Amino acid sequence: MLSTMFSFLFQFGDAFAFLVIASMGLAIIFGMMGVINLAHGEFIMCGAYTTVSLAQMGLPLPLAILGGSLVAGVIGMVLERTIIRHLYHRPLDSIVATWGLSMIATQGVLIVLGSTMQGVGTPLGSFTVGGFSYSTYRVVLMGIAVLLLVGLYLLFYHTRAGVIARATIQLPRMAQATGVDTGKVYTLTFGLGAALAGLAGGLYAPTMTLVPTMGATFMVESFVTVVIGGGDIFLGAAPAAAILAVIRSGMTAWQGQLFGQIGLLITVIIVIRLLPGGLSGWILGGRK
Amino acid sequence: MTGREAHPDVSRGPSLIDATPKQQRNTLALWLSRLEGPQTMGRGKGFWLTLALAVLAAVIYPLFVDGWTVGNTAYFLVWTFMAMGLGVIWGYAGSLSFGQTAFFGLAGYGYGVLTLNFGAAYGFTLLALLLSVGLAALLAVVLGYFMFYGRVQGVFIGIVTLSVTLVFQAFMAQTAGPEWAIGAARLNGFNGMSGMPPLTIPWPGGDVLLYADIALYYVLLGLMLVVYLGLRMLLNAPFGNVLVAIRENPERAEMLGYDVRRYQLLGFVLGGALAGLSGVLYTAWGQYITPSSMSITAAALPVIWVAFGGRKDVTATLIGTLVMIFLYQWLTIYGSQYAIVVMGVILVLTVLFAPEGIVLSLMRWISARLTSAGGRS
Repeated sequence: MLSTMFSFLFQFGDAFAFLVIASMGLAIIFGMMGVINLAHGEFIMCGAYTTVSLAQMGLPLPLAILGGSLVAGVIGMVLERTIIRHLYHRPLDSIVATWGLSMIATQGVLIVLGSTMQGVGTPLGSFTVGGFSYSTYRVVLMGIAVLLLVGLYLLFYHTRAGVIARATIQLPRMAQATGVDTGKVYTLTFGLGAALAGLAGGLYAPTMTLVPTMGATFMVESFVTVVIGGGDIFLGAAPAAAILAVIRSGMTAWQGQLFGQIGLLITVIIVIRLLPGGLSGWILGGRK
Repeated sequence: MTGREAHPDVSRGPSLIDATPKQQRNTLALWLSRLEGPQTMGRGKGFWLTLALAVLAAVIYPLFVDGWTVGNTAYFLVWTFMAMGLGVIWGYAGSLSFGQTAFFGLAGYGYGVLTLNFGAAYGFTLLALLLSVGLAALLAVVLGYFMFYGRVQGVFIGIVTLSVTLVFQAFMAQTAGPEWAIGAARLNGFNGMSGMPPLTIPWPGGDVLLYADIALYYVLLGLMLVVYLGLRMLLNAPFGNVLVAIRENPERAEMLGYDVRRYQLLGFVLGGALAGLSGVLYTAWGQYITPSSMSITAAALPVIWVAFGGRKDVTATLIGTLVMIFLYQWLTIYGSQYAIVVMGVILVLTVLFAPEGIVLSLMRWISARLTSAGGRS
C-alpha cells in the first residue's frame, strides 16, 4: 500500500518536474512578451546537444548542463536582436517566424550531425522502495523544478532587474520614460527563456536519445501547460503543471504514455472553453 | 449577447453591405456578380482573359508531356484545397490554425478505412470522399466550438490546433499492432495504410478509375477551379465581408450585431473541410497515407505556402501554393532535408520583408502599374 502510494507520488513528481522544466522557457517568453516561441523545442535540442558534447569532452555533467543552457541563451539573444525584434507588433507573424527558425534548426542539425548522437547515461543510479526501483536522477530533477520556480520568483519579485522587467512588460512607454532600455530588457527576457529551454534540454539529455526532432517531444506538454496556465508564470504555469501532472501520471499509469498526452490535450480543449484566460486569468479575475 | 435580439433592425445587417444593385433579383446572377468584389483581387476583362488563358494552358498541358508527369502535376493540385482553406481561416477570418494537417490526416485515414472495408463498386469512393470530408468538418466543428465559443485569442488557436495534429500523429504512429484495425482496414502504425482504391466515377460499361494519370489531373483541375471560383463568390458575399470585418475589428463587428463566434466557427469548418478534401485526394492519388502527413513539418508547409502567396487574397494563395510546391519538389531532387531548410528560410524572409505575401505584393504592384498606365486593370 505504502509502496503503491510512493509509486504514484514518484510518477506525479516526475510528471510535474517535466512539465515545469519543459515549459518555463516558453512561459516566460509568452508571459512577458506575448510571443509563442515555436522554436522552443529547438532551444531544448540545442541545450541537450551542447550538454552531451561538453560531457563527452570530459566536463562534469552539472557544468555541461550549465554550458548547454548558456549556449541556448546566447543563440536566443542573437535571434531576438536579428529577427524577433522586428515582429513584436505582429504577434501571429512572430510565431510563424519562430516556426521557420525551428525548421531550419531541426533540418540543419540533421544535415550536419546526422540522425542520432551518442548520449550520456543517466547518472546517480537508482534506489528501491517496496520492490520497485526508481531513478535517483529523477528525484533530483523534481528538486530542481521546485528550485527553478523559487529562483524565478525571487528574480522577478525581489530583485531590481525583476522590477525593471515587469515594468517594461506592463507599461513599456512609461518604463522607457524613466530611463529603462526596453530593447535590452526584451533581449534579456528572450535570452532567459531560451536559456531555460536549453537548461531543460541539458537536464533531460541523460534520460533520452538525442535526435534532431527531440524538440517536438517537449512541444505538446509545454504548450498545454502554458495555454492552461495563461499569462502569469507563478499563478498560472506552476499550478497548471501540478494539475496536469495529476492527469498525465494518472492516464499514463492507466493506459500508457500516449494516453497521458491525449488526456492533456482533452483537458486543454475543455479548459479553454471554461477559462479562456487560463488559470492565471481566472485567479486574477476572481480577485477583482 | 450579440444585441441581435434587442435590435431587430440590425439583424438585417448583411443586406447593408451587399453592394449588389437591388433590381438583381435573380439569385444566379447575384452570385455570379460576386465573382468580382472587394475581398478578391482581379476584375475586368484583363483578369478573366488571363485566367482563361491559364486554364487553357492547363487543359492542353497533358498533350505535351507523358502520363507520369501529368500524374505528378496532379499531385500539386491536391494540396491547393488545404491552402485555400487555410487562406480563408488565416487571411480572411484572421485566426491562424497550425493544425490543418489534422483534418487532412483524419479525412485521409477516413477514406482509407471506408474504401478498404466497402470496396469501390457503384462509385462508393465518391461517397467515401464526401463522408471523409464530412468527418473532417465534424472535427472542425467540435474543435472550433471549444475554441471560438471559449473566446480563445489568436495565438492559442495555433497552439491548440498544432497540439491536436501532433497528438493525432503520435496516436496513429503507435497503431502498428494487429489489434489496431477498423473492420478490414489495418491502421499499420508508422508505415501507414496503403492499398485503398483510387477514386472511381461510375460509368456505363465499366467504372472510370482515376489513377494518378491524365483523367485524375482533369478531375482535380476542374475541382480546383470550382472551389476557387466558389470561394471568390463566397468571400465577396456578405459572409466573406463579415469575416473580414471580424479580422479587422472583432469588437466592432460584434457591436454591429454579428455573432463573431459563429462566423469564425463557420470559416474554421470551411477550412477544415477543404483540408479534409486535400487529405482524401492525397490518399486516393498515392493510395497510401502515413502518420508523417500530420507531423510538425507537414503542418508547417501549408503555413509557408499561404504566407508566401499572400493570405489575404485567394488568388495569391493559390498561385503562391503552386509555386512553392513546385519549388519544393524541384529542391527535393537535391535532398528533401535541404528543401525543408530552404522552406524555413523562405518563411522567415517572407515574414520579415513581405508580411503580406510575395505573390500578393507582386499582384498589387502589377495592378497599380496597370491602373496608372491607363485604367485598363
